[in-house]
Amino acid sequence: MANLNISINKLKFKNPVLAASGTFGYGIEYSDFIDLSQIGGFFVKGTTVNQMEGNNYPRIIETSSGMLNSVGLQNKGVDHFINNIYPKIKNIRTNIMVNISGSTIKEYIICAEKINELEKIPAIELNISCPNMKYGGIDFGSNCYSASKVVNAVRKVYHKLLIVKLSPNVTDITKIAKAVEEKGADAISLINTLIGMAINIEDKKPILSTVTGGLSGPCIKPIALRMVWQTYKAVKIPIIGLGGISNFKDAIEFILAGATAIQVGTYNFIDPTISLKIINGINEYLDKKNLKSVKELVGKLIF
Amino acid sequence: MKKYISDWRIKENIVLGDKYFLLKLCLEKSLPKILPGQFVQVKMQDSENTFLRRPISVHYVINNELWLLIKIVGKGTYKLSKIQPNEYLNLIYPLGNGFSVPSDFSKNKKIFLIGGGIGIAPLLYLGYYLKNLNFDPIFLLGLKTENDLLQLSEFRRHGTVYITTENGMLGEKGFVTDHSLLFTVNVNFIYACGPIPMMISVAKYAKKYNIQCEVSLENRMACGFGVCLCCIEKTKQGNICICKKGPVININKLKWQI
Ligand SMILES: Cc1cc2nc3c(=O)[nH]c(=O)nc-3n(C[C@H](O)[C@H](O)[C@H](O)COP(=O)(O)OP(=O)(O)OC[C@H]3O[C@@H](n4cnc5c(N)ncnc54)[C@H](O)[C@@H]3O)c2cc1C
Ligand SMILES: Cc1cc2nc3c(=O)[nH]c(=O)nc-3n(C[C@H](O)[C@H](O)[C@H](O)COP(=O)(O)O)c2cc1C
Ligand code: FES
Repeated sequence: MANLNISINKLKFKNPVLAASGTFGYGIEYSDFIDLSQIGGFFVKGTTVNQMEGNNYPRIIETSSGMLNSVGLQNKGVDHFINNIYPKIKNIRTNIMVNISGSTIKEYIICAEKINELEKIPAIELNISCPNMKYGGIDFGSNCYSASKVVNAVRKVYHKLLIVKLSPNVTDITKIAKAVEEKGADAISLINTLIGMAINIEDKKPILSTVTGGLSGPCIKPIALRMVWQTYKAVKIPIIGLGGISNFKDAIEFILAGATAIQVGTYNFIDPTISLKIINGINEYLDKKNLKSVKELVGKLIF
Repeated sequence: MKKYISDWRIKENIVLGDKYFLLKLCLEKSLPKILPGQFVQVKMQDSENTFLRRPISVHYVINNELWLLIKIVGKGTYKLSKIQPNEYLNLIYPLGNGFSVPSDFSKNKKIFLIGGGIGIAPLLYLGYYLKNLNFDPIFLLGLKTENDLLQLSEFRRHGTVYITTENGMLGEKGFVTDHSLLFTVNVNFIYACGPIPMMISVAKYAKKYNIQCEVSLENRMACGFGVCLCCIEKTKQGNICICKKGPVININKLKWQI
């Protein structure tokens, strides 16, 4: 049994396998399938200051090795989370982290301030990269100036672990990564979904109500992996890698490319027990390679 | 209700005409409680081309067996039609809420189970369930042609069966919603499943005559257990996930133009 413990700043994780925001609900939805205390942690659904209805149906279409979605941050708002959901999940023995979004800097600040008060939430993940928001969202993540501004503002009011989740829909991800590192981000998650599209050729209309949507699943893995690798070389803060991970081999690839931890997203829909299988797989791999700790693997790509 | 995930062994795969097939699956252990109207999420092999699980209604449950009645409409259902006895399928089950049986149902009430095409799938188990509660369900099944005689003998075991076909070769000619019975007996409750236009005309009929009516929807899904928020339906109470608060829903809650 190798040691799977990792830490990001002072926050300890029992293993590097986390569940991605928007694919894991509030965790409890998975409690019929897995013992949540066995995973390293999870990110709850994107939370905003006010309730959001999300986009119109249809919001989903399958693609080769993946799917496109245009959910659009449907959630009942941060106060609903604090009053109705947090009490039900706060005693789950793993790291519960909140993914927050906003359409203005003020909204990010309000959300972060409120979540900062919650004793059992040790970290937030700033989503500056959701492609399904009409206003803001994507804009913050798509250039260094706005990305720095929002991270700078949130850093001032948020005193625990601040993770910033980056958009892959940019020309040079390392520039954005460096910009948010400079403004005090403690870690970076990447990647969010890639913007994509599908058309019904019979009626010549787009399939998603929003025309474009976010592509996720195994089809985006090579791009995600490349971005983790590039970013690993560009910044000093830890990276949490995600995008298409569906088995332990994918997870090891991300770790070799420089990820300290990984997240499983869309594949949770296909196999809700996948995170436990990945944890076991990493363990066996480390034993086979005679490694004592998963930390010895981070960024150890040989080239 | 607690959800499970397990591998089911295929006992039989029965071809029904050129578009439909019936899968009989079994577990080596006893099944949890499964309600009529609930569905399962079927994991696909060859995940490159059929990435997501496919939602399929519970057609029937007996002992440790689960039956799925499936229509071939695309690559996933085609692949499923080729599965052989003793192969395994991984299912997440039971999902969704199922049909409700109002407590004020009395024995002489006329309960109609109206299905169109593959929409008849969830009605067999519902009929069995109602029959067990001593009701006498009336199946009104709308088929395209007489070749779509899906499981008719099974339906007959649990209730009285009336049929419409579009070509009139069997039963009455036309759509289910045109069936003369609907205009001659006093209908008290309707459960319906089928193509959206069919369910809308059933809903219009139910509304006109002030009849309680539940429909089963087939919104596009990713997870099937309430986490992705992809399968929403706009209702009078806001967006709801059909995989969790449905697939069965009372027409009074819907925003359909009826
Ligand atoms: C709750 C529920 C219960 C269902 N019960 C049955 C049943 O008992 N028997 C049966 O034959 N079919 C049933 N369906 C429809 C069935 O899920 C689709 O026909 C099937 O997913 C089509 O897959 P495909 O790969 O053959 O088609 P493709 O068109 O290749 O599928 C592409 C994608 O679209 C989705 N999709 C396509 N058609 C539908 C549809 N009508 N509804 C929802 N998603 C769709 C698929 O799941 C897949 O993600 C049900 C659907 C739902 C939501
Ligand atoms: C249905 C769905 C909803 C999502 N919602 C969010 C969200 O609210 N916030 C966020 O930061 N990312 C969200 N994501 C993105 C995922 O967290 C993840 O970054 C992306 O899907 C890539 O990883 P994957 O390929 O493993 O899914 C969502 C993804 C999907 C498929
Ligand atoms: S299909 Fe995922 S929430 Fe309904």
